[in-house]
Amino acid sequence: MLKMPDPDKDVLARREEIVRALRQIVPGEGVIDEESGRRAYECDGLTAYQQMPMVVVLPETVEQVSAILKYCDAGGIRVVPRGAGTSLSGGALPLEDGVLLGLGKFNRILEVDEDNRCAVVQPGVTNLAITHAVTDRDMYYAPDPSSQIACSIGGNVAENSGGVHCLKYGLTTNNILGVQMVLMDGEVVRFGGRHLDSAGYDFLGLITGSEGLLGVITEVTVRLLKKPETARAVLIGFPSTEQAGDTVGAIIGAGIVPGGMEMMDKPAIHASEQFANAGYPLDVEAILIVELDGPEVEVDYLIGRVEELARAEGATEVRVSQNDEERERFWSGRKNAFPAVGRISPDYYCMDGTIPRRRLSEVLAAMRDMEKKYGLRVANVFHAGDGNLHPLILYDANVPGELERAENFGADILKLCVKVGGVLTGEHGVGVEKRDLMGEMFTEDDLKQQQRVKCAFDPQQLLNPGKVFPTLHRCAELGRVHIHGGQTRFPELPRF
Amino acid sequence: MTERLAPNTPEDVIAAVQWAAANDAPLDIQGAGTKRGWGGVIRTNHVLDVSALQGVTLYEADELVLSAGPGTTLIEIQTLLAESGQQLAFEPPDLGPLFGQPPGLQTLGGVVATNLSGPRRIKSGGARDHFLGFSAVTGRGEAIKSGGRVVKNVTGYDLCKLFAGSFGTLGVMTTLTVKVLPAGEKTRTVLLYGLDDGVAMRALTHALNSAHEVSAAAHLPAGIAGRSAVGYVGDVARSVTAVRVEGVGPSVEHRCAALRELLGIYGEGEELHGHNSRTLWREVADVATLLPDTEKAIWRLSVPPSMGPTIAQICAGVPGADWFYDWGGGLIWLACDAADEAGANVVRTALDHSHAGGHATLMRAPDPVRQFIPPFQPQSAGVAALSERLRENFDPKGILNPGRMAPEPG
Repeated sequence: MLKMPDPDKDVLARREEIVRALRQIVPGEGVIDEESGRRAYECDGLTAYQQMPMVVVLPETVEQVSAILKYCDAGGIRVVPRGAGTSLSGGALPLEDGVLLGLGKFNRILEVDEDNRCAVVQPGVTNLAITHAVTDRDMYYAPDPSSQIACSIGGNVAENSGGVHCLKYGLTTNNILGVQMVLMDGEVVRFGGRHLDSAGYDFLGLITGSEGLLGVITEVTVRLLKKPETARAVLIGFPSTEQAGDTVGAIIGAGIVPGGMEMMDKPAIHASEQFANAGYPLDVEAILIVELDGPEVEVDYLIGRVEELARAEGATEVRVSQNDEERERFWSGRKNAFPAVGRISPDYYCMDGTIPRRRLSEVLAAMRDMEKKYGLRVANVFHAGDGNLHPLILYDANVPGELERAENFGADILKLCVKVGGVLTGEHGVGVEKRDLMGEMFTEDDLKQQQRVKCAFDPQQLLNPGKVFPTLHRCAELGRVHIHGGQTRFPELPRF
Repeated sequence: MTERLAPNTPEDVIAAVQWAAANDAPLDIQGAGTKRGWGGVIRTNHVLDVSALQGVTLYEADELVLSAGPGTTLIEIQTLLAESGQQLAFEPPDLGPLFGQPPGLQTLGGVVATNLSGPRRIKSGGARDHFLGFSAVTGRGEAIKSGGRVVKNVTGYDLCKLFAGSFGTLGVMTTLTVKVLPAGEKTRTVLLYGLDDGVAMRALTHALNSAHEVSAAAHLPAGIAGRSAVGYVGDVARSVTAVRVEGVGPSVEHRCAALRELLGIYGEGEELHGHNSRTLWREVADVATLLPDTEKAIWRLSVPPSMGPTIAQICAGVPGADWFYDWGGGLIWLACDAADEAGANVVRTALDHSHAGGHATLMRAPDPVRQFIPPFQPQSAGVAALSERLRENFDPKGILNPGRMAPEPG
């Protein structure tokens, strides 16, 4: 069972006083004290874990965020930041003795700067709202996580969110130019701006994907791209997942980087087709959806090459979208894969490992064996271009022991991902979900050095503790300098 | 007398750093040493030469990934990638000649440690964006790793971003893994002639805000353009504004034609094909041909693109100023007289006019100038303090390239 940091009894005893102090900073309804109000915040997208926060605060200004953090820092009070609460890894799971700091009221687009191809937005703006705000200029914001209708840009920065188009257009980290952030001691800092690269350490890059452990983001400057002239998708069916995997390698090997390239296995195809009627072939073991975008002449040319490559690998069905409506239909099954699987199973557990793509067949085969071992089924959707797997483990939380079996199954999959040269999480984050698996990928020294990074931002470790790192070390202990060896002159080392 | 430690293995690096930490002996970390002039002057008697940690250890073209030791020369990597039609998409410039070194020597470690990227930065990202994973030895003498060999990875903090551009002050990298990408089959450059800086910027913005996937956008004022070896650029005695497209053949031809039409309102133009196009962008990336006076100081300003001309105009007040723009106006390379403070006051004040931030790096200047002008843009007090806390957590004894990025405390 998940172990969170022991609640601070002293803080819990001061609860009334803390609520009063927060009301001084955020007047009116911005402080939620009553249980029914706090209930709405007890979990994020990872619903298996729930915890009522001590108190919820919804500031509206940077000054308020700064004052809240300063007050909590001085009082040794833990803080959990939260955007839209769509995290699939429990990044916004509250703490019993923690203030839940919601950024939902930071929901304005401050400026669209077309000349510098960027927009300045508040962190609570949804991912899709940014694109909507610039659609009339034929521009868009590229990263498109499946939750884009709901997830906030602040959360995207905290998690370094991806999406189906990141093979060609990159993740959040490649698509933002600057942030304003409040440190735990209340200091307001800016990293980046509307220019490229950093004069000093790349804090912008560091805080992207830091899962709310280093600061609270209060403003984001995102890059905007011009919409491609056209986009077309090819739906390809294969008699085996190996052939689908080989086709992905062949496409990339041929120098083609599609806008998106997604794979689904048979269980996922069938679930999606029932749900979305996307027109997927049902007599195949795997499908690929390959989207090409750019000038029409380029798209036509590349689609021809993709078709050839797929047929050469043994594709049994190749369909090219003839219009945007058909392209959307190809995608509808994929984009609805999670809810579709939700229809065929009472519960599902979504994994997020990344593997070197050429190990796909081996990993899929191992998963089939694990299905037998755990007595649970799995449906696979896969960002095939970049090796990011989303196995969906089907279970029923009402059957005693099934959740635990699903979690153990998931852990086994992730361990396998690391073993073949991949990583625990491609885009959903470590959060609490994969926290205790970090040792599979990192040594104790690796993890300690990462925690020292946190110590530079938050020496009392009050901001979102219990996430990402399996063991919390005190910063004083981490800071100690203990140099091993170093006494001899190392005569074996070549010198000149 | 300088002593040179030359580790052959990552274990040697651990030993060397542990020795240095135990003996409070700062290390000047070097690969090929082609960018030694970039950053603050390091006062030490010990050079840690990592050039023997070289060689490509992994290259899987269809996985778009390559790993190599920090001392591997870029030429070796680029030659290998070219065999599979691939490249480092961030187009690393070779600044060797700008720093008075021969071309072709720089290493992968040096390129990443300085987060160096070329004209394609605006489309494909910088070195930071292609840096997937590394192993390093921190100033504590501990071996750590971060990232991996896959593009999509959010497991733990992204220390790759932190190490890219850290100038060796956080750790000595022993292996680096980078993303590689297919090289465009074809390249074309559309040229416009005789535009002043302001109009040129409008033209570049026009091109960059189109759907034509421009992969580079530069403006060379007349005096600068005259130094190009490409006839269509060097022989026209006018300013040259250049926009590049790359990709598969039919697409490049289509976009080149579309851009010529779009930019037709800015007057007559020309187009460069394969060889000429590559030569021009190599010149823009590497700088030395376009700003050839070795006596002059060199500044590199990263600014909001639309502010480029305004900022350059202010910098024009510095004695001997000579400049050109890359990154659609967002990168200004400025040469000026190296005397006194090399125009630092004017250049850094010019940035204040942009309000939206930016930074000016004194890339090249005589040692005495670099000792009293901080080469990197001074940071706000909060960010500077954060940087120092962070650095100290990696290198508590201050033995890794001390003074190269931030002035040494005290």
